[in-house]
Amino acid sequence: MSTFLGMPATPPRSPYGTGNLRGERTFPQAAHDELRNEQLRRNLGRATHTIRAKRIAVTGELPDWEELRDAGAAIKTDTMNRLPELLERLERKVTERGGTVHWARDGVEANEIVTRLVRATGSSDVIKVKSMATQETGLNEHLESAGITPYETDLAELIVQLAHDRPSHILVPAIHRNRDEIRQIFLDHIPGVDPGLDNVPAHLAAAARAYLREKFMTTRVAVSGANFGIAETGTLSVVESEGNGRMCLTLPDTLITVMGIEKVLPRYQDLEVFLQLLPRSSTGERMNPYTSMWTGVTPGDGPQDFHLVLLDNGRTAALADRIGREALDCIRCSACLNVCPVYERAGGHAYGSTYPGPIGAVLTPQLAGMHAAKDDPNSSLPYASSLCGACFDACPVKIDIPSLLVELRHQNTEQAGTTAEKLAMKAAATVMRNPKLYTAVQKAASLSRAVGVGGRDRTISRLPAPLDGWSDSRDTAAPPTRSFRSWLASAEGAATMRAAAEEGARRTADDRTGGERTADNRTADDWTSGDRTADNRTGGERTDAERTDGDRTADDLTEGDHQEGQ
Amino acid sequence: MTATARDTVLGRIRDALALAPAPAPATTVPRAYRTGRTLPDAERLALLTDRLTDYKAQVHTCTRERTAEVIAGVLRERGAHRVGVPAQLDERWLDAYDGEVLTDSGDIPAPALGELDGVVTASAVSCAETGTIFLDGSPDQGRRALSLVPDLHVCVVDLSSVVVGVPEAVARLVPERPTTLISGPSATSDIELERVEGVHGPRTLAVVIRTDA
Repeated sequence: MSTFLGMPATPPRSPYGTGNLRGERTFPQAAHDELRNEQLRRNLGRATHTIRAKRIAVTGELPDWEELRDAGAAIKTDTMNRLPELLERLERKVTERGGTVHWARDGVEANEIVTRLVRATGSSDVIKVKSMATQETGLNEHLESAGITPYETDLAELIVQLAHDRPSHILVPAIHRNRDEIRQIFLDHIPGVDPGLDNVPAHLAAAARAYLREKFMTTRVAVSGANFGIAETGTLSVVESEGNGRMCLTLPDTLITVMGIEKVLPRYQDLEVFLQLLPRSSTGERMNPYTSMWTGVTPGDGPQDFHLVLLDNGRTAALADRIGREALDCIRCSACLNVCPVYERAGGHAYGSTYPGPIGAVLTPQLAGMHAAKDDPNSSLPYASSLCGACFDACPVKIDIPSLLVELRHQNTEQAGTTAEKLAMKAAATVMRNPKLYTAVQKAASLSRAVGVGGRDRTISRLPAPLDGWSDSRDTAAPPTRSFRSWLASAEGAATMRAAAEEGARRTADDRTGGERTADNRTADDWTSGDRTADNRTGGERTDAERTDGDRTADDLTEGDHQEGQ
Repeated sequence: MTATARDTVLGRIRDALALAPAPAPATTVPRAYRTGRTLPDAERLALLTDRLTDYKAQVHTCTRERTAEVIAGVLRERGAHRVGVPAQLDERWLDAYDGEVLTDSGDIPAPALGELDGVVTASAVSCAETGTIFLDGSPDQGRRALSLVPDLHVCVVDLSSVVVGVPEAVARLVPERPTTLISGPSATSDIELERVEGVHGPRTLAVVIRTDA
């Protein structure tokens, strides 16, 4: 094929990201085990409900909450459309103010940059502010392999790190642990901790304070993430509660901040929107206790060596998707996790990614891809939702997560190629196009029922391969003992239909004064023509005989699923 | 020469925007939320006091001439014998205090600040609606470490610097200054979402609001 001048070639799509963006098992497999953990479910249920109530209260007290959401969403859209110029401006401003800007194509490169920068300081320890970006890249593991010890300083991250555990929530990563477990973790892992430590949260927090105080005072390098980076001024911002962020951003000589490229905001003024949206959505507070904002290096105040690492790691792959790019608007508030009925029960670990919950289910597959292979855990994430829409309502920047999930399901189905499910659909289509074949198959299905397929509740909980993928996560209705068509052809069916037709004729006559009722004009002849919609139109006039036979048939099921997958 | 990471990432972004161009021309940001609000002094004072108290900060109200007396009272009550102050804090503010006053300077290492019982600073702006005090590193507020490491922070807020909401406060800031937003003492809710006041920052925040300044 020849290329004509002025005809742009389709640009290549970016590679996907690396790091902690893919679980080892699919969501249903992982959730299956997590759901058995009653302690986890109790902790999660309590925590998510508490935080929901707080969020509703503090967002409800602002009469302009919806206007703030509109502004937040528009600023994010504007940001994504102008990303190259905004990043270049941010880079220029940070550089002008004495900072150094680095670019990382993926998580591995970001980890290498940070490791190199830490090595250059000669320090073998770093203190860390809770950061999603470095959790995503697996920075801690990388630093450890290079002989550098990272100390997480956020209380929850510390709990997770000490227990060699994984975070399960964006905001409160140790939400799956209760006070007794945390006490035990501290007793086991904090050197020199008071053996009489009890489980009172204030005492546990005090133990963490005592342990970390010495790290803050002596460690010369800190690594942080960033909530916002302002292109206009080069200002970076970290929003936090405990003061560990202020400690890390202020006391060391060297500060290395790793920021996803999507976190840039055009103007300093935009903070007036996000400093209202984020705390209220996140912790349900009017304002979080501490927010730090710094611009490059300030002589005599804070780290004199500042590095900003701008991270792609799959973000440009997401950006290339007209619909999916909306997920990049996320400000990591975690409101969607707290309202999600699926997250509340399954917990964050089931998602297998740094980003759990509804936003994780749309962000993770876009950052790291859904590989066509059927068992890629990421391709199960778009299905980890009932599409109830609570996440959309809660999102401070109005990300339409349910629509993104549906889009990703569509993409997954498109990419999946020939699967057992697709073959089954194709076979079903052939059968349904051929009335004789259809009748034969229904008879065979009824026969299977006659020989005892299906339990007492008339469901089949496990189908044989290759349909076991289907039955793993749902029950299948057992085929009825007799198909509708065979019932209709029987003497009983004919009698019922005659009665219905007479009833219909009577009502049509009654209704002449009141207006047309097309459905009732239909006769039994219409019905036997195989028009499936006729079944729906019987409304409340279905006979008992019909109801007994009214189990969902195989074609009902396939149709239902087909709609969901579009 | 191989492409730098910078060129690669910027190139990828441009490719992505070509693959999925923006639907509309330029997005204009609707800013229909509340900005430029004003309230009478008494209402701003009441709102700020309510919000600060809600976040467990101690609030003291006084006139300009009683500043020193109130500050001394707070420090005495907290048993603070040795306090730090930024270089250009109004020295009269500590006239009534009988403890030791240490004026901060850049050559004092941060860990040494931990030996102070408390710190007294001024403030740049405050937001009444959220109970937030903004420090911007001006000479009467000092470097960030000073108001962070000691366990008690006595912060003087002039009512004339208190604005209603967040947009009004952000509009008054100088972006390039290192800025710290403080809303109550440090806190964590990481253990079963139970709020614990006082983790790493000052565990006590005492705010002295001067109603005629």
